[in-house]
Order: sequence, then structure tokens, then C-alpha cells
Amino acid sequence: MTARNRELMALVPVAVLLTAGFAAVFAQDHAQLDNASLIYGAYFLAICLATHAYLRIRLPHADPYLFPLVSLLTAFGLVMVYRIDATLARDQANWFVLGLVLFALTIHFLRDYDVLERYRYTIAAVGLLLLLAPRLPGIGQQVNGAYLGVKLGPLAFQPAEFSKICIVVFLASYLREHREVLIVGARRVLGVTIPPLKHLGPMLVVWGASMFMLVFIRDLGSSLMFFAAFLALIYVATGRLSFVVIGMAMFLLGAWFFASTVPHVHDRVEVWLNPYEHAKGSGYQILQSIFAQADGGLFGKGFGQALITIPGTHAALLPAAQTDTIYALIVNELGLFGACAVVLIYLLIAARGFKIALLADDGFSKLLATGLTAVFAIQAFVIIGGVTRVIPLTGVTLPFISYGGSSIVANFVLLALLLLISDRARREAEVP
Amino acid sequence: MNRQIIKLFGLIVALFAVLVGFTSYWSVFDAKALKEKNANTRPLFEQQQIKRGRILAADGTVIARSLPKGHGAGLRYVRHYPQGSLYGHPIGYSFVEQGDSEFEQFHNDELVGEESELGSILDQLGGGTKEGNDVVTNLDPAAQRVALEDLESAGFGAVVAIEPQSGRVLAMASNAPYDPNRIPYELSKLNANETETPLFNRATQGQYPPGSTFKVVTAAAGLDSGTITPETTIDAPGSLEVEGAPLNNDFEQSFGPISLDTALTFSVNTWFAQLGEQVGEQTLFEYMDRFGFNSRPAIDLPEDQVYKSGVYDYGEEKLLGPGDPVDVARVAIGQERLTVTPLQMAEVAAAVANKGKLMKPQIWSRVVEPDGHVAKTMEPSEYSQPISAETAEELTTAMEGVVSAGTGTNAAISSVPVAGKTGTAETPSETCGGSSEANQAWFIGFAPADEPKIAIAATVECTPQFGNDVAAPIFRDVAETVLAGE
Repeated sequence: MTARNRELMALVPVAVLLTAGFAAVFAQDHAQLDNASLIYGAYFLAICLATHAYLRIRLPHADPYLFPLVSLLTAFGLVMVYRIDATLARDQANWFVLGLVLFALTIHFLRDYDVLERYRYTIAAVGLLLLLAPRLPGIGQQVNGAYLGVKLGPLAFQPAEFSKICIVVFLASYLREHREVLIVGARRVLGVTIPPLKHLGPMLVVWGASMFMLVFIRDLGSSLMFFAAFLALIYVATGRLSFVVIGMAMFLLGAWFFASTVPHVHDRVEVWLNPYEHAKGSGYQILQSIFAQADGGLFGKGFGQALITIPGTHAALLPAAQTDTIYALIVNELGLFGACAVVLIYLLIAARGFKIALLADDGFSKLLATGLTAVFAIQAFVIIGGVTRVIPLTGVTLPFISYGGSSIVANFVLLALLLLISDRARREAEVP
Repeated sequence: MNRQIIKLFGLIVALFAVLVGFTSYWSVFDAKALKEKNANTRPLFEQQQIKRGRILAADGTVIARSLPKGHGAGLRYVRHYPQGSLYGHPIGYSFVEQGDSEFEQFHNDELVGEESELGSILDQLGGGTKEGNDVVTNLDPAAQRVALEDLESAGFGAVVAIEPQSGRVLAMASNAPYDPNRIPYELSKLNANETETPLFNRATQGQYPPGSTFKVVTAAAGLDSGTITPETTIDAPGSLEVEGAPLNNDFEQSFGPISLDTALTFSVNTWFAQLGEQVGEQTLFEYMDRFGFNSRPAIDLPEDQVYKSGVYDYGEEKLLGPGDPVDVARVAIGQERLTVTPLQMAEVAAAVANKGKLMKPQIWSRVVEPDGHVAKTMEPSEYSQPISAETAEELTTAMEGVVSAGTGTNAAISSVPVAGKTGTAETPSETCGGSSEANQAWFIGFAPADEPKIAIAATVECTPQFGNDVAAPIFRDVAETVLAGE
């Protein structure tokens, strides 16, 4: 079977799952089945098939499993968001279509993605500017004490989602060129291998950007995600664990310093460690998130059965259920098994992403695929880890599932890049 | 670089494994503890979303039902009691914030509908909402109404009416009553009301001196143990010296040598005191145990809301047994430190009425699923056989004399033979707010005496009147109502 036929087969269960999910939510909400659920399923399937046809023409050799896996997450996200609020689901569906349009455009215009290397400093500057944007007067927006959003007229978006792609592209390109010097030029000081300072400048810029985010944008989650991706790339590029250790030490030092001096950061950590002491205030969200999970058990309560608001009121029982804590809602409704399935899908996507990196021939492709996959997987870890109290809870979205246009669109661009790399790598592998 | 990529993937796998580990911990391993956290209001809200089953009287009258408020995800149910204060006892109440009590609490599992992990999966597949079962009681609305109304005109007290052959509780009333619909608004006020104690079910929690009604137990022990026969005579003087203090008949009336019938008919203290001494502490306690004293009555109400009867030492806060120093002559006439619940005395009457067999008293009759299917039916079950059928018959004859010619004539029902026993115990005036004429008035009995349909205990606290004046009429009204409804 060819790659594209495998992709087509894999899309069938996605459509079935989406239809079944909508049907379940309908049954719960309207006490009867409605053919609207079938219509939604059909639309979704049609869009997926159109995308599949496009991939058939443009990227016939690309990895066949990534798109179905992402569709599965999107379908899952649509059902969850639909279950929370039908209007939100309509927005989400529109963004899904917009995301696929950008996906197609990326594939169309970046067929020769090496061009990115040429503009790497421009891309890095755009990435940093995007991060800065939420603090700019007039367009910046503050949400829950963090500066995450930008509003340009009717268009509101979260620049960090796009910024992460820019930074990864820059790092991949920069490290491709400098990895040799970084390895060769390293010196041992007091038994620790130190990278050559001359080539470290741009790296320090990235570190600075992360700290900047931590303090000025107050976006702990993105900061963590960026820096982890950065360390992952350094490690893959140089093979030097010591660089990672130094980087981690620098980050922890910075994080510790700011945690003890910046109240916002300090609060997040305090709530993470002692949520019960802030049960009615800042600890409410994480505690309710955990209580919602406790309510799910092994099998969950079923689609549409969990409590999101306090009955009889509009007050949130599970705050930010459609974005930050959507994973807790999944555990609540689908239980441990459903949640494991979601984690498994992310893991499979990561596996396919790293597989692409392994197959890729040139350094840039390898590093780019690694970086994009790592940043994606780490984003999933940061938010699921936040909701399950592994790390402090932050406002990062759960890729392809959480409600939010920026997240969906940016991650489809990320997917497009991965498929572009994959198509080239597999084409070269097939034609020896 | 490939080696590093594989290692990086290994790290991601490890990180995701941590996520699965934490999720398992919260959702499964620590779930029970989390559900019990004070900060977790979720279980309360979820309870509210269950349509709790109805509680019905024997004739189908709705005693409690859950009414929907709001809709969609905001839908919740609130308990409503259409009959107001009539069934406040023994049905109790059930509210999310205030908790639950009595019958509502005891039958919670049936009313909520049992839940199992498998059951909830099936629910999900069916898409149905959870709904509890209805519980039908044995309570007879007419009898319950008469019992409560009579009490309200007589004074604080309680009435318990039991069908002797089955143990079905047909009426259980406690005055002062309360309206369960008011619980969400005035629970603390009701709790603070120490003169009326409306939330206190006097039928199962009232600990009263039984007075002469206890002579039925003493007589049962004497006859059944073979200490006496119905023909045995004991000389009954006007006064006896017992444990260094005089023990008198009313007006110190002397009866001379008399048998059980006369002694019970005129409630002769000196006769029963001597019988008690003859029976002995050991045997008397044994018969008390057989009638259910010193144990919680096996009724379908929460354990902590049903008290034991027996010789209670307030200093030691415990029930005394046969080894303890007890004035058995005064126990035999219902004095000493003997305290009983109205439910216990109704059980005594019911056991005598049912040929010596004591059935477990039960308020519930059957559990009906939402689709009308009867899930469970109460099967009458025997608690004990305290006395033989022969003893019961002899005792019945003596108790008939009480109503036809003795101290309990106000319990008589025209053309129906009634067996019973009055009681009037003096209560310390401080328990009655300093009133000097403070009696605990009692009547226990059953009717018809030859073919008992109903056994009743009625008691009124802190009354200047005697058992025959104030308690016997309540017995008569309730018994008449039950018999009229047959």
C-alpha cells in the first residue's frame, strides 16, 4: 500500500470517532439523536479528504500517519469544545479550516524550505518581535496576569504560538552551521565542558528571550517550552550533555531568581506547591482540575456528563475548561483510559516527527524536524503536566485540542513543515 | 545526530509516562481521598443532579419527591415534602447542604439508585440520566394524621403503631413536629429549639420512664419462666419496705392475696414488686433482652437515631446488666433507672399480640424502579420469640381486664375487645421545666384482642394527667382508624 493510501485508511476511524463523539454529546444534550451529528461528521470528513487529496498531489511521499493523528486530535478537540459550548465549537471549526488553508499555503510556498535558512536572522527577529508584541501599548492584552495576546482591530491572536516556530527555524539553521565549531571549540574548565563563547552569543539571546518571557510577558509555560526546545536542539546538534546541564542550570538559576523576586512567578510556584492553602483563590483552578480528574475514575463519566459550571449558575467549577484545563475535562468524561489515549496520540505524533528527523538527509532538515517535534511534544507536556500538578499550571494550550485559533493555525503550519521535510526525506530514501 | 534524536525521544517517552502516572494517581488511586476533601464541592453538586426517588405512603400518597430546578447542565433537584410536617418523623429530610436524616438517610442507596463502575458505563452507552428508585412505606396516612393530631392536642410525646404479624410500622408520630421543607432555611433555628426539640424523633430517641406499662414485661417473665401461673396468688399489701424505702400502691390500697388478672387490672405495685423479686434480676434481664431491650430496635432507621431501652446509669453513661446492683423490685414496676423508647414499648405490645413472636419493625414496604418494576419487597422477619404462645394468651386475658374493668377504660373501642396497659410515671420536675405535676403518661396495647391487627404505644410527656386520661384515648383513636381502614 502506498503512503497516501495508508493515510486515507487511517482517516476512516477519525471520521467515525468524530461522528460518534458528536452523537454522544447530542444524546446527552437533547435527550435524542439528531442527524446534525452526522452532518458535522460528514463535513469534517470532507475537509480531511480534501486535505488528503492535496497531500496526494503535492507531497506524495510524506509521512502517512501524521495527518490522520492530527485529525484525530482535532476531531477530539472539536467534540470536547462542542460539548462545552456549541458557539465555541463553530469558531474552532472555522479555525480548523483556516489552519488547513495556511497548511496548504505553507506547503505551496515552502516546497523548497531551505530558503528559510537564508532568512534566519529575519525570522529570529520576527519571532522575538512577536514575543514582545503583547507588551506593546495599544495592541497588547493582559489575561490572568500574563501578557499573552495581541489585538489588531478585529484580529486577536497569541503570538507565542507563531513565535515558537520562528525560533525553532532560527535555532535549527544556526546550529546546522555552527555545530562543528561548538563541538570542536569547546574547552574544559574545572572538568566542565564549556562551549566557545564566541559562538554562544545567539544562544544567549534565546536564553534572554526565555527569561524575558518569564518576567515581562509573564508567560511561564511558553518560557519553559521555548527553553526546553532550545536545550533539546543543542543536545541533538552537539551531542554534549554538558551543554544541556549548563543550560538547565542557567534556566533554573534565572527561574529561581525571578521566582523569589517577581510576585507573579512566585505566586504560581507557591500555588503549585501548596494549593490547599489557596483553595478559594489562586489555588482554585488547579484543585478543581484535580477534583475533576478524581471524578473521572477509570472510565470517566461519559461525553457531556461532567460538571463544568456550578449547577444553577454560570460560575466556573472547572475554570478555563475549553483551554488550559481541557485535559482535566477529558479525564473527567473519558476517564484514565481516554486520557491515556490522548497522551498516546501525542506520543505517536512525536514518534513520527522524530522518525522524519532520523530519515532526513541534511543537517538543517534533521534539526528542524527535531526542533518542531520537540517543541510540540513539550507544549503538550507543559500543559498536561500543569493540569496534573507535575509542574506549575500555566496558560499554554493543548495542541489541536484546546479552543483557540492561534494554537490551531500555528500548529498546522508546524505540521506542514514536518510533512515537507518528510516528503523530501522519504522521496530521497525511495530513489537510491 | 541520530543517536541523540533517539535519546531525546526516550526522554519524551519518559516525560509522557510521568503524565500518565500522575493522571492515574489523581483519577484512580487518590480519587477517593480527593472526593472527601472539604474544598471539593463536586460530590455535592453531583448528588444534586440525581433525581432522587420518591417516598410514598402505603396508599401511594407522595411523602417526598425531588423537583427539578434549572435545565441543561444547570439542572438540579431539590427535595420537596408535599405533606409538610406530617411525616417529618420518621421520614426525615435530605438536602445537599444540610445533609440527611432518618428514613431518607437509611434508604439513601435505594433512593439514589445504586452505582457501580460497570453500571455507569452502561449509563453512558444508554445516554440516560441517573434516576433513583421509589421507596413505598407501610405508613398509613389516616393513622399517621390521627396520631400526630391527637399528640398535638395532648402534649409532647410519641405514638408508634405496628402490625404485629409483620412488623409493618403503620404510624410513627412525634410531637413537636417540624416541616422538612423548612430545613434549608431554619435548620440551625430548629436545632437550637431546646424546649420543643422538633428534630428529635421522640418515638425512637425519647428515653422515658415506662411506669406501669413495664408490668407487662414483668408478668411475661413471671409466666413464661414458670415462676407463676395465672392462678398463682401473691399477697399485696398497701405498702412494702424495699431496699430501705417504702414502695406503695396508689392510696396505699391493700389488695390481699390476688392473682395476675386482678394485679394487672388494678396495676398493683406491691404485687409486681414481689413478682420481680421472685423472678430475680437474672431472669428479668433475660426477658428484657428477648423483647429487644439493651439492643437497638431492628428498624430501618439510622443507628444513631434509634436509642436502646434498659436500666440506664446516667453517671456511668451505660446500660446496666444482670451483674450490676439494681433494685429489681422497682425495675419490675417500671421505676428505678429504667428508660424506654416508645418504639420499644410498641414492640412489647406487638410481641404479645403476635402469639409471643416479635417481628422486626419495618417502615419500608417495597422498592420500585423508575420503570415500575418492583426491585425489592420487605419480607416480614422474626426478631425473637420472647414468650410462648401460651404465655401470650394468658397475658392477653389479663391485659383485656385492664381496658374492660381496670385502669385503662378509655382505650375501649365499642364492639372490639382491646388488650392494654396504662402507665403513669413521675418525672423529675426539672425535666418538665419545673412543673410540679409532671407525669409521663403511657398506654400500650393492641386490638382486637382476639385477632390483633394493630399494636400501639402512645406516650405524653410532662402532663398533669394519667395514662388513662391522656394516652389511652390516643391509642383508641389510632386503633379505630386502623381498624376502620381494614
